[in-house]
Amino acid sequence: MKTSHHSDRSAATSTKEGTHTVTHSQMDPRLRADDGMRVDAFSRDERRRAIDALRTPRIAALLAMLFALIAPALAFAQDAAAAAPTANKGDVAWLLVCAALVIFMTLPGLALFYGGLVRSKNVLSVLIQTLIVFSLVAILWALYGYSLAFTPGNAFIGGFDRVFAKGLDATAMGATFTKGVYIPELVFFVFQGAFACITCALIIGAFAERVKFAGVLLFTVLWFTFAYTPMAHMVWFFPGPDAFTDNGAVPGVLAQSGFLFARGALDFAGGTVVHINAAVAGLVGSYVIGKRVGYGREAIKPHNLTQTMVGASILWVGWFGFNAGSALEANAVAAQAFVNTFLATAAAVLGWTAVEWISKGKPSMLGAASGAVAGLVAITPAAGFVGLCGAIVIGALAGAVCLWGVNGLKRLLGADDALDVFGVHGVGGILGALLTGVFASPALGGAGIWDYVTETALPEYSIASQVWIQLQGVLVTVALSGVVALIAFLIVKYTVGLRVSEESEREGLDITSHGESAYEN
Amino acid sequence: MKLITAIIRPFKLDEVREALTEVGVSGITVTEVKGFGRQKGHTELYRGAEYVVDFLPKLKVECAVAESSLEAALEALANAARTGKVGDGKIFVQSLERTVRIRTGELDDDAL
Repeated sequence: MKTSHHSDRSAATSTKEGTHTVTHSQMDPRLRADDGMRVDAFSRDERRRAIDALRTPRIAALLAMLFALIAPALAFAQDAAAAAPTANKGDVAWLLVCAALVIFMTLPGLALFYGGLVRSKNVLSVLIQTLIVFSLVAILWALYGYSLAFTPGNAFIGGFDRVFAKGLDATAMGATFTKGVYIPELVFFVFQGAFACITCALIIGAFAERVKFAGVLLFTVLWFTFAYTPMAHMVWFFPGPDAFTDNGAVPGVLAQSGFLFARGALDFAGGTVVHINAAVAGLVGSYVIGKRVGYGREAIKPHNLTQTMVGASILWVGWFGFNAGSALEANAVAAQAFVNTFLATAAAVLGWTAVEWISKGKPSMLGAASGAVAGLVAITPAAGFVGLCGAIVIGALAGAVCLWGVNGLKRLLGADDALDVFGVHGVGGILGALLTGVFASPALGGAGIWDYVTETALPEYSIASQVWIQLQGVLVTVALSGVVALIAFLIVKYTVGLRVSEESEREGLDITSHGESAYEN
Repeated sequence: MKLITAIIRPFKLDEVREALTEVGVSGITVTEVKGFGRQKGHTELYRGAEYVVDFLPKLKVECAVAESSLEAALEALANAARTGKVGDGKIFVQSLERTVRIRTGELDDDAL
């Protein structure tokens, strides 16, 4: 999810163009390859941006994909037969493995990470919520989510070309971030679907230990539909790199791309779409649902930090699929993202632990594990765009700043965000989004902005203006997710109910909501 | 007969068992308990949440002895459980009215 640019997007999108190309996409799946990408890079000088996008893997990739998708579709619509794109087996193999890794992040990675952090009377409730949300979103993804996120529509949301998985078969091809390079759209579909699943599951941590099960289900449907799919579309959708035939084509391509992609926001694997998006929803949820009974008066301690350590470690491994897979190809950009995911996370573990040791007196296991997740979150938007040193700096800062996120900031916010979804994913996500604008600079070892037209990086790069664009991406995400989440939580509260009774909460959700208990007493 | 109830440091259990066995005590019952006394608790920190843990884990050791072996048992127990630092625990002695060995039906001193 991290990055919108990731190629994933590329696949589905070309709907609009579809007007021209439409026939294509629907009739000739192969042509479709063009659609998928979103490009962030285009905001000011659209052209330039577009170019930049390519470089930065995601964006670039998105643009490229857009071009690829669109251009082929358009250009070849008439001579479709000649243009039939084929996939590289290496890309397919790599991305299918990445999709499985992203799924592994949620089940069991996130489930264990969260499960260990709650009290023993609630561990099963968190595990089942993770499992159910994952499964629910997977089905919604096929029914309409993928279509709304990755087919042509307007700047904010896609269309209905792929509703009920229409036309989504083994012959459909999607774009990557490189002109003329395609992947089966099914690959893109499942890779992106795994992102949607984990994003919705992340939110669970904020209202854990007192939420009503039916409330989780209804909220997930509402928020996924009205917050996740538009964010994914805005950040990642673009017609594909093939659409960037020449400079004159850039404005038209950007007009068909997602709002933030066109503005040039860099989000390699989903810092905005996944982490900030989920974190804001979680924070809003923790305000609406209220604090847990006994919060601040009784000791509410994690019941099994061994589970949490195992979960965090699985997340780290899975994240290689999440970040490196977002390159949408088995290439050097994927390797860059992989290495950055390796280093930033290690730096964040050290950063969090060092600051905690100095300021609190002891280095804690939970702190080190939390630092790992903070680093993973922060490097997500930057993964394919920054160099190794940039990744280390981003990680180290994320470790230190997220420690503040779960201490000072948490007290400031006054909400009972039970498992610190906002403190880690929100703070880490925002920090990572902004620092991506800094360390993507070629002067600091970054990849710069990719020009999809020439398929090279643009020579000039302005850190200040890119950080401003990054901030716009953050603000849009916070606003959209916050508003949608608030409305969704209120709808849940006044229909199926958001919170269990105090008596049930005291006894524990495992017994009262699910009729089972995790451990013999 | 007397019932000896001792609250000891958990890691002293093996030494206490050996010492009691040496003075002829043929059986003890051990329970994991928590409590507080003069020994201070500790602070636990989970991200931003800090908790003071007042109740510390201890073991409660119970054994029944004949009046004649009480002093030897107490001395053995205290010596084995002692570290000299705050938190070594306490020993309580109560009178015991009756004892029955369930398998044979033997009573009192014969049942010990």
